[in-house]
Amino acid sequence: MHGTRILDEADRLMTVCNSCRYCEGLCAVFPAMEMRRAFSDGDLNYLANLCHSCGACYTDCQFSPPHEFNVNVPRTLAVARAESYAAYAWPRAFSGAFARNGLVISLVAALSVAAFIFGFAALHDRQVLLGVHTGPGAFYKLMPHNAMAALFGAAFLYAIVALVMGVRAFWRDIGEPVGMRTDMAALLQAIRDAGELRYLDGGGVGCFNEDDRPTDRRRLYHHLTFYGFALCFASTCVATLYHYLLAREAPYAWWDLPVVLGTLGGIGLLIGPIGLLAERWKRDPVLVDEARYGMDVAFIVMLFLTSLTGMALLMLRETAAMGPLLALHLGVVFSLFVTMPYGKFVHGIYRFAALVRYAMERRAMAQGTAE
Amino acid sequence: MVDLTQKFDVLVIGGGNAALCAAIGARRAGASVLVLEGAPKFYRGGNTRHTRNMRCAHDAATDILTGPYTEDEFWDDLLRLTGGQTDEELAKFMIAESKDILNWIVEQGVRWQPSLGGTLSLGRTNSFFLGGGRAMLNALYLTAEKLGVEIVYDAEVTDLQIEDGMFLSATLKQPIDGASEIRASALVAAAGGFEANIEWLKEYWGEAADNFLIRGTPYNRGSILKMLLDKGVQDIGDPTQCHAVAIDARAPKFDGGIITRHDSVVFGIVVNKHAQRFYDEGEDIWPKRYAIWGRLVAAQPDQIAHIIFDSTVVTSFMPTLFPPIAGATLAELAGKLGLEPAALENTVADFNAAVRPGTFDHTILDDCRTEGLTPPKTHWARKIETPPYLAYPVRPGITFTYLGTRVNRQSRIVMKDGKPSANMFAAGEIMAGNVLGKGYAAGIGMTIGSVFGRVAGREAAKNARN
Repeated sequence: MHGTRILDEADRLMTVCNSCRYCEGLCAVFPAMEMRRAFSDGDLNYLANLCHSCGACYTDCQFSPPHEFNVNVPRTLAVARAESYAAYAWPRAFSGAFARNGLVISLVAALSVAAFIFGFAALHDRQVLLGVHTGPGAFYKLMPHNAMAALFGAAFLYAIVALVMGVRAFWRDIGEPVGMRTDMAALLQAIRDAGELRYLDGGGVGCFNEDDRPTDRRRLYHHLTFYGFALCFASTCVATLYHYLLAREAPYAWWDLPVVLGTLGGIGLLIGPIGLLAERWKRDPVLVDEARYGMDVAFIVMLFLTSLTGMALLMLRETAAMGPLLALHLGVVFSLFVTMPYGKFVHGIYRFAALVRYAMERRAMAQGTAE
Repeated sequence: MVDLTQKFDVLVIGGGNAALCAAIGARRAGASVLVLEGAPKFYRGGNTRHTRNMRCAHDAATDILTGPYTEDEFWDDLLRLTGGQTDEELAKFMIAESKDILNWIVEQGVRWQPSLGGTLSLGRTNSFFLGGGRAMLNALYLTAEKLGVEIVYDAEVTDLQIEDGMFLSATLKQPIDGASEIRASALVAAAGGFEANIEWLKEYWGEAADNFLIRGTPYNRGSILKMLLDKGVQDIGDPTQCHAVAIDARAPKFDGGIITRHDSVVFGIVVNKHAQRFYDEGEDIWPKRYAIWGRLVAAQPDQIAHIIFDSTVVTSFMPTLFPPIAGATLAELAGKLGLEPAALENTVADFNAAVRPGTFDHTILDDCRTEGLTPPKTHWARKIETPPYLAYPVRPGITFTYLGTRVNRQSRIVMKDGKPSANMFAAGEIMAGNVLGKGYAAGIGMTIGSVFGRVAGREAAKNARN
């Protein structure tokens, strides 16, 4: 017996799957399963986070419902995964509320912060807020750079601390010693596997979404979203370096690196989330954890809004709309950061950690065989 | 919506590997094709759902096969396992065609992978389906649909109109879209054997058949086979024989598939309901002996037996679906199994006393054996003495039957008078008896299905278009 009912079910399924093994070529979950004969809570949480939810094992399984063995690995692991996020969240009290009302909390947070900035600036000087500002330092008329840096630095730092605490809890749970020596080869392997979403391809044909016809759309939209996010993040980093090292103040010209990176990323972050939402909408309900719909959607919507407000700001930065848009954009970004440790964002962190662990196990196995 | 009142060029009855290869083969040859699958969509494909690999000849190692498996070697294997009960011309034809099937099946969307964990002995000879048999089927169905093959599920056929060896039409149990009589210029019968038809099995096995478990689909009732044999088609294969292995007695009556099997016989002893041993558990390596245990258990009272072992060997075989039944003592275990405790204790004591010292190695015919025991255990005999004591109850699990329709090299059905049918073909398990008179080796059923399915489809299309 395990700690939760979903882990009991995951254990039952892994016992069925371990006596079959037809799916071992589809992804990393089944080879990792085959390295074990019995499954602890941590083992099951590890497998749950290793699963990319491509759906291939459901479509390929001779024992999926309506068969009496009732094997539904994607959904069971999706539920187990979501429960594991809640268990690893720091502080733990925040996770439950977020799982239930993710989108509302994110939006309320974004609007509150936007309103605060808006109100703060308005109180300070109405002309500043609704005026037209151009040239270096224009943004900081609304909010001084140092205040902005302090506010977002704090939000970012908080997110980092909470995420690190979560990963620590996960790493412990799956039975890896914290603070172990880094296995560089495994790390590189995991970066490659995550970077190309190797295990979201249904074993080569694409993942399964609304029916039994494989497509690669989810992978494409995820790439647009992830790399869009990465480019936006890179844009922010470059801008920060510009500010402190080169004393060049935003806004920058359209051809300047932060704007180019941000625009490219922003486009990805507009198309990707819309695509992911559409795919999520169409997805066969049998494959998903319906209870976490809110959490999934919140993160996608917040990414989309981050990009939308950012792009709008870029387009309209030389008009009177700049002030309100900047306030809104900053509010959304702030909310995105502080809700990160409790929302869908963590899937990437835990899955990456699981991929590192898998790469380590594979290497250990290969060495064991060679000896 | 399919217009089922039209006359199709080729009608395929069945929905497994052979049926789909026939449908695709016929469609690629230009024919209009209708597939009638008697099962609902989820259960489509008969026993193909439970398969995992195919045995094809190849002259060199491939991406997924570790070495060559020549036509000659394949033929030698087939000759040995059937004890010569095979049609040499058809068998050699099949083996030659199997080389091309290795590539053709990939062109139909099926993907290969190296042999699965725990099946190293097949790494050179057998190509495994990525994702298993249902994944293979899904790929074939997608290809067939893309090509324009019409497929209808829940379409049980209750009668065939055949005149002088010429197929005219098939009657549906339930009319579909107003059509109850399906006409076609040619028929491909690919509807499997009769292993799920307990009443039919009872004709040969008596009441014992009530205790048989059927490893595959409940839809393999042999109704098409019976109709054909009743309407003048020549039969082949021993009607009394079936492929049977010992599977877990707790498995469902139908469709438990491969996961109910047990690989632990060689690590322990097997006793019947009187707690008596009845066969040499260590006669030969397991891949060569697993297929006799179904019949051995079928011959025991109430068709039940128990594999008994101890805690020292639990990790020596594949993890099992059902956990072993455990007892701190042999008497406790016997109680849980419904055996006489004293009888089991005596059997194990006699066995332990007869075990000679040796060096255990399950990969070879080792020197761990019993002396002065009847029946002996000639290899891998080690004392059962470390509690907890463990057991798996087993029953006969029927995989497939051998009775079928006689065909020629065109996969064309042969009538009782020896004349080839004008327009009827057969492929897959329904005609496997032509090649496989008895015995079995992993993956041959799928080879028969794909090779003769493709041939039947091509020939049926040619036939229909003439």
